[in-house]
Amino acid sequence: MAQGTLAQEPQLRIERAGNKVTAVLAGPWTAEHARTVEALTSEIAEQADRGHLIIDLSGVQRLDTLGAWVLDRTRHELGEKGLASDFVNATQEQHILLNEVAYRGFQEKPKAKPSRFVDFLVDVGETVAGAGSDLVRGVAFLGELVAAFIRVVTHPRRFRGTAVINQLEQIAYRGVPIIVLISFLVGAIVAQQGIFQLVKFGATPFVVDLIGILVMRELGVLLTSIMVAGRSGSAFTAEIGSMKMREEIDALRVMGLDPIEVLILPRILALIIGLPLLTFIASIAALMGGGVTAWIYGDISPDVFLTRLRASIGFNTFMVGLIKAPFMAMVIGIIATLEGLAVQGSAESLGRHVTSSVVKAIFMVIVLDGLFAMFFAAIRY
Amino acid sequence: MLERRHPAPAKDREVIIRVRDVEVGFGEKTILKGLDLDVYRGEILGFVGASGQGKSVLTRAILGLVPKRAGTIEVLGQNLDDLSPSERRMMERHWGVLFQQGALFSALTVKQNVQVPMREHLNLSERLLDELAMLKIEMVGLKPDAADKLPSELSGGMIKRAALARALALDPDIVFLDEPTSGLDPIGAGDFDELIATLQRTLGLTVFMVTHDLDSLYTVCDRIAALGEGKILAEGPIEAMLASDHPWLRSYFHGKRARAAMAGGA
Repeated sequence: MAQGTLAQEPQLRIERAGNKVTAVLAGPWTAEHARTVEALTSEIAEQADRGHLIIDLSGVQRLDTLGAWVLDRTRHELGEKGLASDFVNATQEQHILLNEVAYRGFQEKPKAKPSRFVDFLVDVGETVAGAGSDLVRGVAFLGELVAAFIRVVTHPRRFRGTAVINQLEQIAYRGVPIIVLISFLVGAIVAQQGIFQLVKFGATPFVVDLIGILVMRELGVLLTSIMVAGRSGSAFTAEIGSMKMREEIDALRVMGLDPIEVLILPRILALIIGLPLLTFIASIAALMGGGVTAWIYGDISPDVFLTRLRASIGFNTFMVGLIKAPFMAMVIGIIATLEGLAVQGSAESLGRHVTSSVVKAIFMVIVLDGLFAMFFAAIRY
Repeated sequence: MLERRHPAPAKDREVIIRVRDVEVGFGEKTILKGLDLDVYRGEILGFVGASGQGKSVLTRAILGLVPKRAGTIEVLGQNLDDLSPSERRMMERHWGVLFQQGALFSALTVKQNVQVPMREHLNLSERLLDELAMLKIEMVGLKPDAADKLPSELSGGMIKRAALARALALDPDIVFLDEPTSGLDPIGAGDFDELIATLQRTLGLTVFMVTHDLDSLYTVCDRIAALGEGKILAEGPIEAMLASDHPWLRSYFHGKRARAAMAGGA
């Protein structure tokens, strides 16, 4: 039974009598001793060089599917070489088992092995085609989104205010602490490094201009977008992806509800409202971080800091950062939703799409920021 | 219809699972209290009970997925509480479990799913690994081309069969089936019952089957145990169930659906 078998190994004794070869088997012929079983059966195959082979099962204490399979496979392979063989002294259960597992070849699918170079070309091609279709899907989805938005605007009763507020809480309100913290720290670090460099030129007070313009134009919105892509973009993809896996999206559709209106529009609207709010908070936090550092490292008192800040930045500096925020929100929302909808049945697929949602969103946010930088430089804003 | 076999008298047979005085609860709530149950080698035991009475809890307690507060559970003559971790691993080779939803690993193909326990517990050559996995897949009645499919590409009945193939991967002595026929159409459920009975005979399995399917109880189960009020209300062949006058058993085995099953099965 369970334990006794482990102490013993399967055994084989070959007996020759005239034209007959008898293989006497003993011990457990089970999966636990797979290697021995295989070795012993290949020995049977070697020894059975002439005439009739008899496989005597009388000493076999235990036979499982593996043992039966390997024995019947050996018998079959000998048969192909023109050597007949038979099982004798099998118990009734062993007979049933041997019949059940009767050897049959499982046809192997021919595996094509193209060269590495071809593989590489295929990969490159797939990536390019994938990027192209991503872009097309993104634009098509943007169209659907706008159409849904117009439907909701023209039929205000279909607008899901509660969902938007709920999402705003998740995206904006609950994101405040972490965004304030990292913005404050980054503001402080940039100010400190700025002071260390500017002090060499005796231009320490210019750190206020540096911080003010950098934070307002770039850092605030960039840090916020990256944090939101990581925090909320991943959550969207996971939520929508797991709903897709459990057919919840199909359930919405058959109830006559449009998944875009119900699930996606509230999330993207909340992003578009929430991201500028967070950007503003992040910018203020970064300025405070810079202010504190300037006070400690550069001996710039808070009232001097504020006066200089007012002189160095204008309303346009503030607006440059804020104008970008809704576009960042749109990009994050669209990528997160598309990745969520692309989830297939498995948990692994969900994980892959969440990762790719965050990576793509952060990448696109930075690319978009670069495009905006060129745009604002061109119009001298 | 399958012929129902009449097992030998209980006292002559080897007890493969012995549950004594088991108590299981969560927080304030006690689900099982003072539960005794014997499962004999080579039988198909049907385990019934109303929803929420703890059928799955007992299964999970035997498998060690849920801690018990008191009592002993012996499997193959060994008390599960006394096993060292390595003995415990040995023990897990001797049982296979078919979960209600199949619980196939979604990222692996059917064949890879079947090979997971083989790779973990056995030292097999790649060729044997492939051949044995295909053999198990055929034994449960799946077509060979299902082997390379992912679980998300399978129908409900195929998922159950694939999960059964995985449960049988190590040639276990005991197979636990959690509602094997739920979610299948009556013909599919009948086929599945027949498959279990066939495999039970060829592989000499002991089957512990949690079920609600009266047809399964009539056609394949040697013995039935009914759970209620935290303990076994009655156990024995279907005749004993029919003769019992416990109210729940009466409504279960003499209800409208039961009469239909009896007419079909007897």
